[in-house]
Amino acid sequence: MSLRRAWPRLAAAALLLVACSGQAAGPTPALSGAGPESALSGVLEAIEANRPDLAMQRVEALLAAHPNFRLAHLIRGDLLMARARPLETFGNVPKTVPREKVEDLRAEALLRLRALRERPNGDRVPRYVLQLHAGQTHALVVDSRRSRLYVFENVGGRPQFVADYYVSLGKNGVEKTREGDQKTPIGVYHVTANLPRQKLIDFYGAGAFPINYPNAWDRRLGRDGHGIWLHGTPSDTYSRPPRASDGCIVLANADLEAVGRSLQIGLTPVIIADEIDWTDGAALEAERTALAGAFQAWRADWESRDTGKYLAHYAARFNSGDQNLADWSAHKRKVNGAKSWIKVGVTRISMLQYPRESFVVVSFDQDYRSSNLSNVMRKRQYWIKDDGRWRILYEGGA
Amino acid sequence: MTTFHDPRKALAAVFAVLLAASAAALADDVQDASKLLKSGQHQQALERVNRVLAAKPKDAQARFLKGLIFAEQGNAKDATDIFLLLTRDYPNLPEPYNNLAVIYASQGQYDKARASLEQSIRTHPSYATAYENLGDVYAKLASQAYDKALQIDSANPVAKNKLALVRELVGGAAPAKPAAATVAAAPSPKEPATAPALVAAAEAKPAPEKSAPERPAGATTGNAEVLDAVGAWAKAWSSKNVDAYLAFYARDFKTPGGETRPDWEKARRQRIGAPKSIAVTIEAPKVSVDADGQASVTFRQGYRSDVIKSSTTLKTLIMARSDGRWLIRQERVGN
Repeated sequence: MSLRRAWPRLAAAALLLVACSGQAAGPTPALSGAGPESALSGVLEAIEANRPDLAMQRVEALLAAHPNFRLAHLIRGDLLMARARPLETFGNVPKTVPREKVEDLRAEALLRLRALRERPNGDRVPRYVLQLHAGQTHALVVDSRRSRLYVFENVGGRPQFVADYYVSLGKNGVEKTREGDQKTPIGVYHVTANLPRQKLIDFYGAGAFPINYPNAWDRRLGRDGHGIWLHGTPSDTYSRPPRASDGCIVLANADLEAVGRSLQIGLTPVIIADEIDWTDGAALEAERTALAGAFQAWRADWESRDTGKYLAHYAARFNSGDQNLADWSAHKRKVNGAKSWIKVGVTRISMLQYPRESFVVVSFDQDYRSSNLSNVMRKRQYWIKDDGRWRILYEGGA
Repeated sequence: MTTFHDPRKALAAVFAVLLAASAAALADDVQDASKLLKSGQHQQALERVNRVLAAKPKDAQARFLKGLIFAEQGNAKDATDIFLLLTRDYPNLPEPYNNLAVIYASQGQYDKARASLEQSIRTHPSYATAYENLGDVYAKLASQAYDKALQIDSANPVAKNKLALVRELVGGAAPAKPAAATVAAAPSPKEPATAPALVAAAEAKPAPEKSAPERPAGATTGNAEVLDAVGAWAKAWSSKNVDAYLAFYARDFKTPGGETRPDWEKARRQRIGAPKSIAVTIEAPKVSVDADGQASVTFRQGYRSDVIKSSTTLKTLIMARSDGRWLIRQERVGN
């Protein structure tokens, strides 16, 4: 007969959820902005503080603004059910409901909460973004395990954390290899187009940004499939479960619009990792300096026309299209021997560590001039640490 | 809900006016109408009530009964109008709010039902039927929220509604004035045919029924045993010994909401299990035993727990002997 009787159990269920989310030691970082996710966190804080009426007020305000936020409906259901009878669990839906439906929402709750409580602080950067070039305003890095997309701004070539968003990924997880495997690829990609809402069906929500899967590395490994996009959410729901897409990266519509404003077609890197490998600025700088030195040595040795020194920058497993190291060496010896001078300018250099692999993708504009031939092109190389020395694994047009 | 204040004085004042306004003959008509309604004779009941209202259009008892008749006939609109006007004319009475809520709930309007029940409880903070109903409404609202969360349609939620209509306008906490030896009311012979979803919970009578003769003779010997059983029942409840507590209920116990025995037992286990401590007291018990050997015990039940600080309800247990023990066949709240 008491409205309060069942309450302590809900608080306990919520606390359990918080505990599962692996709250980091120390103070919780301040939340940025007043989005629905921080509103959700406010609801759970009220539950933790044993203030059910405040929690109800907050969840109802959240639902007034986002009537399709299913997770918020679940929590409102719990808040109401706690008034009727003791709760057994978070998301105390009737036993007749298929388990996976509830598990999806529980998983979303855990991931959102965990992300809010483990936000990157100013000093931590992902290992992948060694250098952005001046024309790139932002880089996106996806942490698959956390269902989270992090946006970094280019400040003097170094990544600076701006914002992060909940994302849904492939039903079958990550490391796409085959068409139809419903997995999200792991790798370094970039957005290739901007498809506005008007050109799409409702399923894609506020818009879509395809990425260049399969990239050169994927093709080299024989991976296939296509149509991996960043896109929005259908109008009947605010968000989708953590593992729901056919491989695409799905954001809430408002989030897609916010991210979309930072994207430059053909330029903005999209790095998809299993779990982001975070490092500090100093360690990243040391790595970048070492690689930049090797890269400049390669350029200088090319200009010197000492083909032996130049070819020493290439790894034994090197390839370029259908050329292996032997083909490449034979070709370069023939071409370079016929020249009286070579000048190689490199600008707009970006360096991105490839997740799961030991190489770094280096992209640059190459201004090549020589006694008998000149050309300007965008080039891509994969640099790998080989016997403790940086060498080129792949080279080709970008 | 940690403190309750007592609105009895205000209610008593309202009732003094009501009672004074009702002429004795008309009161008889109201009684008759009530009995007719219980036996399922809706049309005859309505005629009696209309006779009363022709003379006393403002009579709260008669208006309430008319609302109840409409509700049981499935005429939700007219029933709603009557109960709504009653809440405006007598905002301190909990019953019209409760019944209004039952109708809203039967139409799937759970938010309105919730508001109305919360009003009923504000009017009378220890009003058990409203609490039970509100619990069900919260569960329904929760179920709707879960449906939205999971994007599913639950099967026909309105049909599952089993909220309790209050059958008597007694003001909940109005001073009890039953006769010393009240004859137990017989269970309703029929379920209301037109509104099976509405189940009567509180059918206790505020006054002795004239048609049923009192038969206290030869029944006094069992009284001490009955009181011992009631005392042991309260003790089992207070010590949160749910198995012992449930063992006091007869196999043919009529569950208050018409739910199945396992459902009812499960709910009782939850409710008794939830607080850390419970103290149930029995005050001023009055026992009467009818010719068939069935006992009716009416008493003021005090309830305290760490969750509900205190509440007092007038309770009637209908008990029968079985294998040498007095067991509960019906449990009624209200007077």
